[in-house]
Amino acid sequence: MAGRAQIPTKSSALIAMIADEDTITGFLLAGVGNVDLRRKTNYLIVDSKTTVKQIEDAFKEFTTKEDIAIILISQYVANMIRFLVDSYNKPVPAILEIPSKDHPYDPAHDSVLSRVKYLFSAESVASGRR
Amino acid sequence: MSCQNQRLNVVPTVTTLGVMKSRLVGATRGHALLKKKSDALTVQFRQILKKIVSTKESMGEIMRTSSFALTEAKYVAGENIKHIVLENVHNATLKVPPPKFEYFTEGDTQNALTGLARGGQQVQLCRSAYVKAIEVLVELASLQTSFLTLDEAIKTTNRRVNALENVVKPRLENTINYIKGELKKIQGYKKREMERQLAEKVSLQKGISINSANNLLSATMEKDEDIIF
Repeated sequence: MAGRAQIPTKSSALIAMIADEDTITGFLLAGVGNVDLRRKTNYLIVDSKTTVKQIEDAFKEFTTKEDIAIILISQYVANMIRFLVDSYNKPVPAILEIPSKDHPYDPAHDSVLSRVKYLFSAESVASGRR
Repeated sequence: MSCQNQRLNVVPTVTTLGVMKSRLVGATRGHALLKKKSDALTVQFRQILKKIVSTKESMGEIMRTSSFALTEAKYVAGENIKHIVLENVHNATLKVPPPKFEYFTEGDTQNALTGLARGGQQVQLCRSAYVKAIEVLVELASLQTSFLTLDEAIKTTNRRVNALENVVKPRLENTINYIKGELKKIQGYKKREMERQLAEKVSLQKGISINSANNLLSATMEKDEDIIF
């Protein structure tokens, strides 16, 4: 593959991920992964052995690191640290909940959508469409 | 909080009355402008919200497609693909500059050699599927950020509108009324002063007591116009 054009990035930032192995593999394939000088990665693979504390720490770390602009988090992981995710109200980095293979996307639990549930009346997305 | 709408402590002169009036006009105009701003922001807010909802749904779809592609790739290229990919992570080639959230691809993708052994095409397909997914996700992230910032802005503007409407304007109005009242009192006081001085003059000229001079004055002023002093 020939080299793509180098686009000068001045204030570019990374995409962090907290998801299951398959999702992360896919995104790493696309080129989102980064390992910096201190062997720290911008992603956390969550499996059955990961504790809630580890997820919390990773989340807090990602939100405080300055060079991370987006955090992708699987919805079932987000449910585990729901209180942290809901109390987070800074615009940067943006927190996006993504579905995983076994857990299809559920708008009812999305933190951003639930905050504006009151704006919808009859055709409510957050309460599940038919 | 003073729900009694205190007035400002000013010296009740005509100048301050003028100053207060112009301030009231300014406050009214500012209030109308801010209200318009808040309405415009709310309209934009709702538009963004609609976009976010539709984008999120399409994102769910795309993620599902990408997962399928990944499963296919895994099937073809063997289970080890995961480890190869993990090992190959050095520098992120996909970066996102905030707050605009367009994504940049820097340099060569490190994973160019993945799948060379088996199922290269599937791996490439999978990768492009995920890159597309990332595009959508990046757009979603930018929408969400602007959404949250707009939310903040709307709250602040509404706070200012309410403050102007419920605190500043009543206060100014009360101050104006107070000044007007004081000025009237002073006017009435001056009038009585003038009457008293006139009465004094009359008493001096005619050598009668001040009281009866006063009575004379008020009585004449009411009935007789012919008496000239």
